Amino acid sequence: MGKYGWSLPVAASSYAGSIDFGIWLIHAAMLGIFVLWGAFFIYLLVKYRARPGVQAVREDHGPASGRMGELKSLIPDAFIMSFEIALIVFYAIPVWSRIKMSAPDVKDPVRLEVVGEQFGWSVHYAGPDGKLGPRRQDLVHFSNPIGLDRAAAESADDVVMGNEMRLPVDRTALIDLLSKDVIHSLFIPEFRIKQDAMPGMKIPMWIKPTKTGKFEITCAQLCGFAHSLMRGDVFVQTQEEFDAWYQGRLATMPATAKPGSAAEDF
Amino acid sequence: MAHGHPELSFREKYVFSVDHKVIGLQYLITSFCFLLVGFGLMGLMRWQLAFPGTPIPLFGHLFPADLAPNGVMSGEFYNALGAMHGTIMVFLGVVPLAVGAYGNYVLPLQIGAPDMAFPRMNMMSYWLYLPGGVIMLASFLMPGGAAQSGWTSYPPLSIINPGQTVWLLSMVILITSSLLGAINFLVTTINMRAPGMSLWRMPVFVWAQFVTAILLLLAFPPLEAASVLQLMDRVFHTSFYMPKDLVILGEAYKGSGGGQPLLWQHLFWFLAHPEVYVLVLPPMGIVAEIIANNTRKPLHGYKTMVFSMIAIGVMSFMVWAHHMFISGMSASLGNFFLVTTMIISVPSVALMTCLVFSLKGGSIRYSVPMLFALAFIPLFAVGGLTGLPLGLTVTDIYLHDTYYVIGHFHFVVVSGSIIALMGGTYHWFPKWYGRKMNDSLGLVHFWGTTATMVGIFLPMLFMGMAGASRRLYDPTAQLHNLPVQGWNVVSTYSAYLLALFQLPFIYNFFHSMWAGEKTPENPWQATTLEWACPSPPPHGNFEKTPTVHRGPYEYSVPGRKTDFWMQTDKS
Amino acid sequence: MSQTYNPAAIMGNADTHSGVTNAKLGVWLFLASEIMLFATLFTSYIVLRMGSTSWPWGWDVLNVPLATLNTVILISSSVTIVMAYAKAYDKDKSGFQRWMAATILLSLGFLVVKAFEYGHEFALGIGPHTSVFYAIYFTMTGLHGLHILGGVAVNGGLLYMSAREEHWRNPLFLGRVEGAGLYWHFVDIVWIFLFPALYLL
Repeated sequence: MGKYGWSLPVAASSYAGSIDFGIWLIHAAMLGIFVLWGAFFIYLLVKYRARPGVQAVREDHGPASGRMGELKSLIPDAFIMSFEIALIVFYAIPVWSRIKMSAPDVKDPVRLEVVGEQFGWSVHYAGPDGKLGPRRQDLVHFSNPIGLDRAAAESADDVVMGNEMRLPVDRTALIDLLSKDVIHSLFIPEFRIKQDAMPGMKIPMWIKPTKTGKFEITCAQLCGFAHSLMRGDVFVQTQEEFDAWYQGRLATMPATAKPGSAAEDF
Repeated sequence: MAHGHPELSFREKYVFSVDHKVIGLQYLITSFCFLLVGFGLMGLMRWQLAFPGTPIPLFGHLFPADLAPNGVMSGEFYNALGAMHGTIMVFLGVVPLAVGAYGNYVLPLQIGAPDMAFPRMNMMSYWLYLPGGVIMLASFLMPGGAAQSGWTSYPPLSIINPGQTVWLLSMVILITSSLLGAINFLVTTINMRAPGMSLWRMPVFVWAQFVTAILLLLAFPPLEAASVLQLMDRVFHTSFYMPKDLVILGEAYKGSGGGQPLLWQHLFWFLAHPEVYVLVLPPMGIVAEIIANNTRKPLHGYKTMVFSMIAIGVMSFMVWAHHMFISGMSASLGNFFLVTTMIISVPSVALMTCLVFSLKGGSIRYSVPMLFALAFIPLFAVGGLTGLPLGLTVTDIYLHDTYYVIGHFHFVVVSGSIIALMGGTYHWFPKWYGRKMNDSLGLVHFWGTTATMVGIFLPMLFMGMAGASRRLYDPTAQLHNLPVQGWNVVSTYSAYLLALFQLPFIYNFFHSMWAGEKTPENPWQATTLEWACPSPPPHGNFEKTPTVHRGPYEYSVPGRKTDFWMQTDKS
Repeated sequence: MSQTYNPAAIMGNADTHSGVTNAKLGVWLFLASEIMLFATLFTSYIVLRMGSTSWPWGWDVLNVPLATLNTVILISSSVTIVMAYAKAYDKDKSGFQRWMAATILLSLGFLVVKAFEYGHEFALGIGPHTSVFYAIYFTMTGLHGLHILGGVAVNGGLLYMSAREEHWRNPLFLGRVEGAGLYWHFVDIVWIFLFPALYLL
């Protein structure tokens, strides 16, 4: 690819295909409409240019006079309207419901939460127990950016990553999206997913990666002076690679605090 | 009733004038200046986008070191430029130009009124607009700089960023100015029409201004309220938009919490979507006027156009949340706003269809204003069509907040509205000064402007397709932007060329003001009322009350000697 | 359709296209925008309250008796301004001045009572920053108070003008009184909504 690309990036999630289908379909339609109208427009411009001795013909004196003439101009509208209705009914509403309105009901999802802050993403895995450890505002510290309460039992197998997300391929990940400060927006172009992280809200989303590889996680909502630097990497790996990586990371996490030893230790 | 004409001092005549024509020209010059300023800010940003991290040539070292160390602009400065570019272009440039300038000058003339209904209030509108704009600009000089949270000013960022207080104060002043103007336009249109000027004899431009004024009147107060709440959050540390337990750069936020950031977005877009139609309808009215005049035939579907505009006006209050599909609002609301958004495209398509069909059977005179009006159609169509994937929930997931959005609305507002507004200048210039603008310079301006505009905005659509986000200070910091970085360079150079092509326009404008070719009272052989009085019209406009006998576009009526039949002609 | 030419409309003549003088139409349109302004604030109030985990009962934390007194004061002032308009209509100068003065005094009374309420809250260390409830309470009552203050200025201006004979000969004067009356009723109605929303619900 040169520096003048104009196409979509590689599609690497289960719903990327449906979104791309819509984008290409609409662009094909747009191009069709534009070219047809453009041809008609140029034809009119040439045919009806001012010529000496030729007067303009009023429609009320021309062949298609009166109400019928006016209704005729609504024919293109009717076409576009039917196209839009079809798009809404057969495409937008079903696909939207699938992507945004409910999480797929899968047996063994990867659970994680992603917390945005100025200017980075923290990725917090629930681990094998499937339970996210609790977070507390007063525990927030540069070494513990999400304020994870490591004293809690649910936190024992949790891993927290900065600006790095790893997901096993072909497995659904259920993500809770949060923000600590301002509005961010989790955007992974290759997955065709974008969702604002709204402070004060926990927004559920899901991803099912279908291709292994390294992708990019960015922030798509202006969040301050270093907004463009708020990025990270997404690695989609096989289940085995993912598990091995997870165990390795878990070993490096600050030890689960035994009752009494406060989180301020680190 | 005769108007007394006591000698007016310079101050009364040109500065604190109550004459709608002088006020209109004050708006015209001021808003063109603000457009240039907004354009200049964008020129700086475009350098950073095309060549991130390199010093801005020529100007870089003129900025203080905290804004642009070593001539390279900082992230804060970039964000301030971005926020101010949007704000200035929308609230200080296009709206005052479309409504304040053209509405003020042309609307009373077209309905045969001697002036606006409230001339002094009209003066006040302008004299709120100007200081509001100056305050907005002056915010660059404040400690901390200008607002940095985008023209949309989403909290919590806007609450914690510097500069926002001045932005809000200025907005409240500008909103007040717009509200006064809207009331004035509405009362003028309802009450001040000349005898015989029934509603269905009003030119499309008057209808467009009328619908626009209703939108301004009803959509701006919510933003005013929202701004007051944001001002409270900033000045009195309330928490309307601040939820609980925020931690900002490692510090717990001190406010009480309990507010909702989404509330601002709802209130803001409740204004800002109708605002889009405020930006678009008056230019469409101008295009309709120019097309009718230069095809020498009545517009196709005059009533369809008027009803479409009314439908757009009504519907524009029900589509606001299509800007918020992925904001975290309930996803089922997304379906509702998807449907309303598709509904509003129906009258928009009808309007465009009528404009194209109006050419049919015409005797098209390719004058300079007509070229601008014709260019409006395909360029605006690109803007309209690219709105489709953005209005559709599913495709918006990907395209939202990318350069695709930027390309889309710049096609609508710049190569749509501003092109039409420039055409309006060529069209009505003889009315304002009794002279004509130079055609050759006009042609250079036209071809240069349209070509470079496409050069700026088309690359943005490509970048958006590749997923390049908007508002990035350094696009190359994100890997997926690298394959399209070349387009940023194309866009930047096109923008600089566009600036170059405005020079003939500026020269033409001022030169023609004093030395343009003198024109007769009705140089375009037009039918509407503004051409039935001297150019420029005296204070009070018409020498005697005009009486209107027919519709606005009676061109080429068979059996008549001339191909135009003015609304005021008895027979 | 009216055949009257327009300068007549400027001069307070109601024989316009709409049958209403420019001034009156202008006031109505202004009130339409004001309705949008306060409707937005009420909507924000509802949204914030619905989304809030704890919201105090107005009668627990605010002074209902004082607010009731204020309601009575404001409703009375709506009556007095109608009387002032009626007197102006009859060209009864002293009657107009009496009723207008009464209106202004009542409005000032409203503001004094409101100031006592605010003072008490500030003394307790309560301000708009205390909670979202107080934030919306201070913002809405404060904005309403500013509208009252604006009304006092307008009514005071009319009272001042009424001292000069020339204004009684100007057909615009009655229209101005009517406009001020419309505005005052609007301010009154806003309070009629504010009072239950903040104090009673």
